[in-house]
Amino acid sequence: MTGLALLAAINFHTLLFLLFAGLACGFAIGVVLADNVVRMALYLVLSLGATAGLFFLAGAEFIGAMQLMIYVGGTLVLLVFGVMLTAQAPFVSIKTSTGDRVLAGIVAASLLALLLQAAFSVDDWRRPALGEVAQPSATPLGMALLGARVDDPAAGVPATAARSGYLLPFEIVSVHLLVVLVGAAYLARAKRRRTPRAIEVAASVVEPRVARGAATGSASALVGGGSR
Amino acid sequence: MTFGIDACVSAVFAAGLLGEPVSVTHYLVVGAILFTAGIVCMAVKRNALGVLMGIELVLNGANVNFVAFASPYLRGEGAVSLGLDGQVIALFVILLAAAEAAVALAITLNFYNNHATVDIDRADDLKG
Amino acid sequence: MADFLIYSIGLPEWLAWTVMAGLAAFLILNVIAGGALVFIWAERKIAARIQDRLGPTRTGGRFGWLQSLADGIKLLAKEDLMPEGADGLLFRIAPYVSFCASFCAFIALPFAFDFVGQRLNVGVFFVIAVLGLEVFGVILAGYASASKWSLFGAMREAAQVVSYEVPLGMCVVVPVMLAGTMDLVTIAEKQAGWFTNWYLFHDPFTFVIFWVYVTCAVASVNRAPFDLAEAESELVAGFHTEYSGLRWSFFFMAEYGSMFLVSALAALLFLGGWNGPIPIAKLAGLSEGTSDTAHYLVRLLGLANLLGKATLGVLVMMWVRWTLPRLRIDQVMTTCLKYCTPIAALMFAGAMLWQLALPGGLVPGLSRPAGEIREGWLEGPGGRAARPVAASGKNVAQVQP
Repeated sequence: MTGLALLAAINFHTLLFLLFAGLACGFAIGVVLADNVVRMALYLVLSLGATAGLFFLAGAEFIGAMQLMIYVGGTLVLLVFGVMLTAQAPFVSIKTSTGDRVLAGIVAASLLALLLQAAFSVDDWRRPALGEVAQPSATPLGMALLGARVDDPAAGVPATAARSGYLLPFEIVSVHLLVVLVGAAYLARAKRRRTPRAIEVAASVVEPRVARGAATGSASALVGGGSR
Repeated sequence: MTFGIDACVSAVFAAGLLGEPVSVTHYLVVGAILFTAGIVCMAVKRNALGVLMGIELVLNGANVNFVAFASPYLRGEGAVSLGLDGQVIALFVILLAAAEAAVALAITLNFYNNHATVDIDRADDLKG
Repeated sequence: MADFLIYSIGLPEWLAWTVMAGLAAFLILNVIAGGALVFIWAERKIAARIQDRLGPTRTGGRFGWLQSLADGIKLLAKEDLMPEGADGLLFRIAPYVSFCASFCAFIALPFAFDFVGQRLNVGVFFVIAVLGLEVFGVILAGYASASKWSLFGAMREAAQVVSYEVPLGMCVVVPVMLAGTMDLVTIAEKQAGWFTNWYLFHDPFTFVIFWVYVTCAVASVNRAPFDLAEAESELVAGFHTEYSGLRWSFFFMAEYGSMFLVSALAALLFLGGWNGPIPIAKLAGLSEGTSDTAHYLVRLLGLANLLGKATLGVLVMMWVRWTLPRLRIDQVMTTCLKYCTPIAALMFAGAMLWQLALPGGLVPGLSRPAGEIREGWLEGPGGRAARPVAASGKNVAQVQP
């Protein structure tokens, strides 16, 4: 095939899929291979952003926008905050021993082989839709979350079958998020410490002889004064 | 230069990639790679936040699978598909992952405040 | 992109799609870049006049309109510095992340009825979601500058932007509820006609929500009284202290782009979008069905309307910046959590109850009839019915007016 004919035969949906899939997988492997935790966070953000693109290509527009807003724009911002708060010099790159990594590599390779074999096994999954498909819309999703199913039944399901709405899981998840909000705020509250951490660390560094001997020395007075 | 591009594009076409439409299998491969990368992250990283990132990757791999099964674009005529249910499952997974990440991060920060490190190999106080 | 049909006759289809996509990207990029140039000049002039002085008066004539160009040339010629302890990759990538987030949100923003990059059914949601991604550029910049003060400034700004997303989302939900869809094109279309059709005048709750939206949007783009991150440059150091030259200008193009975006979003959601206060096109007999030129005239009029409203919003933001004093970080968070969020929630509940109680509007006949508003969810994109309504009687009966 000549150049122009080749270009004309490109399916743009496939091209974009390959682009987003390449980005998602590439950056996921980047997360695994990176040692610097801040770079790992950046690669994860880019990988999940590319996954949102994949969702848009599959017609799940609402889920793609949710992924961008909640996962990337919420959860990962939280994660990056955590990374920044703990990114002191000794913790930014912690290396694992080679033996552990080899073992993990073997397990990962076998798991990947198993999953790929499962992915290629069902013939039905390799036949894509050809021809016109309806425009995606978020309305059936919203109505389903209210308890009313207005979407067409999935192929293979009889039209008169009763389908449940998702009102109850929606309410449960709302209460769950409220509980998580309260719980995380409680866990992360600023606690009153008996001695300030800097002084505790300094006191542990001071030689025991000095700390024991100096009854009225400044070191013990400092430690004694700090604790109630 | 045109010959080089010609050769590349022909090669890619020969591999059957660029011309044919995308099917569920393509998405499942992506999901598998994300899932495996997440598992390796969880197993290998010593930084607690690295383990958290592995968990996020695993959940995303699962989400990609669900969305692929629910998509109307990827299914042939008459094939059984999850339809709306797959999208709703993916939605709830995203919500619950956010909740779980918040709590996990609170625990990690508590650990950091008490032990002055995020290295999970140091979390061995309960070791017998 | 309806224009692609014209080219499809002549050019092969793949080339037509590529050309139109490239054209759309080029136009949007120019809106941001060109807009930034104009807004920087406007800001300097407005700031000057508010402060009782003249502003740039030398470059390019009496009004100094080439000042932005001179600024741009200066920034291009500056030395590209990077602090010693900085992480190279993150330092370099941060401005682009910020700019990409601002630029990508324009993909779903309609400028007139058919002038939209990609008409998404979840348009509003997508725009708000992508706006929230700008915070990554800020955090990366603060961290990669290898300076304690940059990091603190970046964290504060990130906390501010993320906190204000909550009331912003609630404010945006009200017009979505009134229109019945998240599609920005449909929301703006439903406000066609006289200016009383605008959602701003729909009910008092929506009126209050508009002002809460303005506050949250200004805080979200780190402008005016909420610009701690920029102000810290004067006091201590902000997240962009270590950036100079072109990298710095990317941050500011992203900021002006975001300002224009939230103003355009306010115009689309509350102020009628591309519909003017008086329906000139309809009165003059020019409607879409007549001829191609009339078609494009109406579109261009709408485009001018939307650009005018968005520019007005940006100018108001600049005016507020140079008038009000700056808020402290605790005042910023108090405004968000103690004022904006509860007010937004209460007004949302009020708007919902108003819709249930008075579906025809306060003065029946002046606004659009209830049926059109309520049945919005049954329409697919473009206003055509997506499915037969009487499919499953039980479900539909529950939601009919």
